[in-house]
Amino acid sequence: MSTIVSLPDQATAQIPKRNYITNENGLMSWLLTGDHKRIAMLYLISITLFFFIGGALAGLIRMELLTPQSDLMSTDTYNKVFTMHGVIMIFLFLVPSVPATLGNFLIPIMVGAKDLAFPKINLLSWYLYVAGGIMTLAAMITGGVDTGWTFTTPMSTHFSNTNVVTTGLAIFVAGFSSIFTGLNFIVTIHRMRAPGMTWFKLPLFCWSHYAASILMVLGTPVLAITLVLVVLERTIGIGVFDPTKGGDPILFQHLFWFYSHPAVYIMILPGMGVISEVISTFSRKRVFGYTAVAFSSVAIAVFGFFVWAHHMFIMGVSNYAVLVFSLLTMLVAVPSAIKIFNWAFTLYKGSITFETPMLYAFGFMGLFTIGGLTGVFLGSSGTDIHLTETYFIVAHFHFVMVGGMLMAFLSGVHFWWPKMTGRMYPEKISQLAAVVTFIGFNFTFFPQFLVGMLGMPRRYAAYPQEFQVLNVFSTAGATILGVGYLLPIIYLLWSLKYGEIAGNNPWQATGLEWQIQSPPLTENFTTIPIVTQDVYDYEWLDRQKEHEVTHVG
Amino acid sequence: MSDSHAIAAEAGHDNHADHPPYLRHHFVSMEQQDETVSFGMWLFLLTEIMFFGGLFTAYLIYRNWYFPAFVAGSHQLDIFWGSLNTLLLICSSFTMAMGVWSAETKRHKGLVWSLIGTLILGIGFLGIKTIEYTEKYEKHHIPGHTFDWKGFVNPTPEEIAKGDKPLAPDMAQKTEVYFSLYFAMTGMHALHMIIGIALLLGMLVKAMRGGYMDGHIAFVENFGLYWHFVDIVWIFLFPLLYLISRHQ
Amino acid sequence: MADLQTQHHEHEPEQHAEHHIVSPMVYAVILGALLVGTAITIGASYLEMGPWNPVVALAIACTKATLVVLFFMHIKYSSKLMKLTVGAGIFTFLILVGMSLSDYISRAWGQW
Repeated sequence: MSTIVSLPDQATAQIPKRNYITNENGLMSWLLTGDHKRIAMLYLISITLFFFIGGALAGLIRMELLTPQSDLMSTDTYNKVFTMHGVIMIFLFLVPSVPATLGNFLIPIMVGAKDLAFPKINLLSWYLYVAGGIMTLAAMITGGVDTGWTFTTPMSTHFSNTNVVTTGLAIFVAGFSSIFTGLNFIVTIHRMRAPGMTWFKLPLFCWSHYAASILMVLGTPVLAITLVLVVLERTIGIGVFDPTKGGDPILFQHLFWFYSHPAVYIMILPGMGVISEVISTFSRKRVFGYTAVAFSSVAIAVFGFFVWAHHMFIMGVSNYAVLVFSLLTMLVAVPSAIKIFNWAFTLYKGSITFETPMLYAFGFMGLFTIGGLTGVFLGSSGTDIHLTETYFIVAHFHFVMVGGMLMAFLSGVHFWWPKMTGRMYPEKISQLAAVVTFIGFNFTFFPQFLVGMLGMPRRYAAYPQEFQVLNVFSTAGATILGVGYLLPIIYLLWSLKYGEIAGNNPWQATGLEWQIQSPPLTENFTTIPIVTQDVYDYEWLDRQKEHEVTHVG
Repeated sequence: MSDSHAIAAEAGHDNHADHPPYLRHHFVSMEQQDETVSFGMWLFLLTEIMFFGGLFTAYLIYRNWYFPAFVAGSHQLDIFWGSLNTLLLICSSFTMAMGVWSAETKRHKGLVWSLIGTLILGIGFLGIKTIEYTEKYEKHHIPGHTFDWKGFVNPTPEEIAKGDKPLAPDMAQKTEVYFSLYFAMTGMHALHMIIGIALLLGMLVKAMRGGYMDGHIAFVENFGLYWHFVDIVWIFLFPLLYLISRHQ
Repeated sequence: MADLQTQHHEHEPEQHAEHHIVSPMVYAVILGALLVGTAITIGASYLEMGPWNPVVALAIACTKATLVVLFFMHIKYSSKLMKLTVGAGIFTFLILVGMSLSDYISRAWGQW
């Protein structure tokens, strides 16, 4: 199979002696760093840890659902397991995944700056993340939470006997981590672009992160105040969500989903940014309709604020609200579809090769499309009445989040691994892992669409006998999926010592990050670049290759 | 700290004469740095708008639902203290703006006195809030198990003379919702005031030692933005909480 | 280094504004306006205006807030980017309040 990988001669190649990793030694130099690249690595390690904890909880869920009875664990325990799975996966993995790791690492380099606008705030955001994570784990091991990740009132405020307050405060803290990351990105992209780097020369990765950052800054504070109110209600007994005191539990849902719907766009937009970069590189073609993709990212962010009550169709909101929110939900699907079409047209007549990042990107395109299309059934209020609170919803969001976002994350990690570490991962096993993941994913989650349509409710440990076959399929798929996720840990760690030396630009990609050494210098650039080439300009790249220097430092 | 400052220093950059010492090395000029920091502050204020926004949403909904209870609850607040507090905060915004002007025009005494004025007015605000909260505690108007709604079913003769109407028991109970929001909103506001005053103290100490006279006044300017924002929140809280139907 | 800054300026005029020092006279006038507004709002709350009471109160509060944002917080003298940023914040706040309220108000309208 052909490949565009171009590595320096391995007999003589070396990792550059001076880079951001070797620059200073000692634990404190990492824990007190202001370097966005080191902070990105700190994040990468911590979110991977939380991913596996969340994944273990998923394993427990699937094991319980092998049988129709609640036999592996009590129903209360099951409630705690799926709640923690959701809380950890959403707040401690998906939300920070691409922005805090790849975004932190790449955005300053992509805009041509030496660091993010506020390095200390960047470090603070990591500490807030870790604090929120530790508090979540503390809540988990001292009894857990059983309300579902959505903390729906009045269960969370009055009837639950679990660690709602600790978890609520943990997410409050982690939320500020997200806010500070977004704030940093917006300011950096606006203010610190190198000379010549106009908005329309920015890689689409930057546009996606900009849009996601707007959501982080404007949406997350509403979650913060909502959690504060839940904590106050639970501790002091103020009555804002309590029907017996005149409060409205639905108010909680309005405030909660005002953040949590834009949150799903916070999660997916950075992944879409990765896909734009990967698809362009591995079809050797500029992204079709750059402007449309850029503006559609911002459009998703803006429209994403108008649709939150589609999570509340059956909860008791007025019919008129249902009508309006359902119509607006149809609207928000359009920009996402625009991106899928544009990526498809990028592929058309491109020189496509199938390196691992591209395999994940293909997986993304197919699975995100399915997930997105099933979202239309859910956004349409009539069909939603039948499908909501069933496994159809579970399948829908796992298709977009796992089949979509997680695949995009893995695509990005593989794509920029050589840049971040200076080493290549082993290609064959990584391609195998991508395929295993794809197969495992489909086996796990496709049956869930079927079983949901047939009526199996979500968040139940026990289910009617007739759903067992599909559930067994799903659990079998989960086992395969688990293998697919474990493999990268093994070979990526292996590659740190034994991987081939990557050189500056193993993928022959465009973008400022590929013009500097791998791993980069702490200050990224020896001199600030003056940008004259267009974005995704492969002809310019070919001309540059004649004058290429393999490493500096 | 391993940031780009340390690296550039290693690469032979030991002469800071060619740029101000406050310039961080990932910026190209003080102007870029100041504008960037100011932009960052504004974005933070946006998060604060949305943070308080949740509380305002809850307030508007329940005021709509339980208007008589909100009227009764609002009449329990002393309009004198509320107006005085509004006065104090507005004046403190003025003194803070004067502080920024003093820093911009390098007036040392002006800056110190402006900050002292802002501090005194801010502390005065919190003092009055303490008086008000204490009164609420004594009257059993703090939400929770001590809350006494029966006083709204049977108001005292003085209250009736002032225009308070007796409420039906189920509406009287809703006054707890009003007070929940009162404490949540003014409490959150007061917390922001406390943080502001702590920062203000630090800034005052530095100003008294001659700080902020060299043109590096970003901290003063951005603190001013924060302080004005907290003032704006109160500008809305005052009529919404204190002035509901005073004509009845 | 200054060259990079100049280059940055030239093609991004809406992100920069000349640093304008606002005079104390302006601040004093705004202070006066804010105090007058407060007095009016207290006085108006004692007048019986039916459904217009809260409208008047909010209108006065919005005017006072606008004066603080424009003059005390210098937005009038700031770049277009800053003005847009403030506008975006207010817009999102209005969406939160407005669309949530639309549910509550329309509940009373019945089924269809």
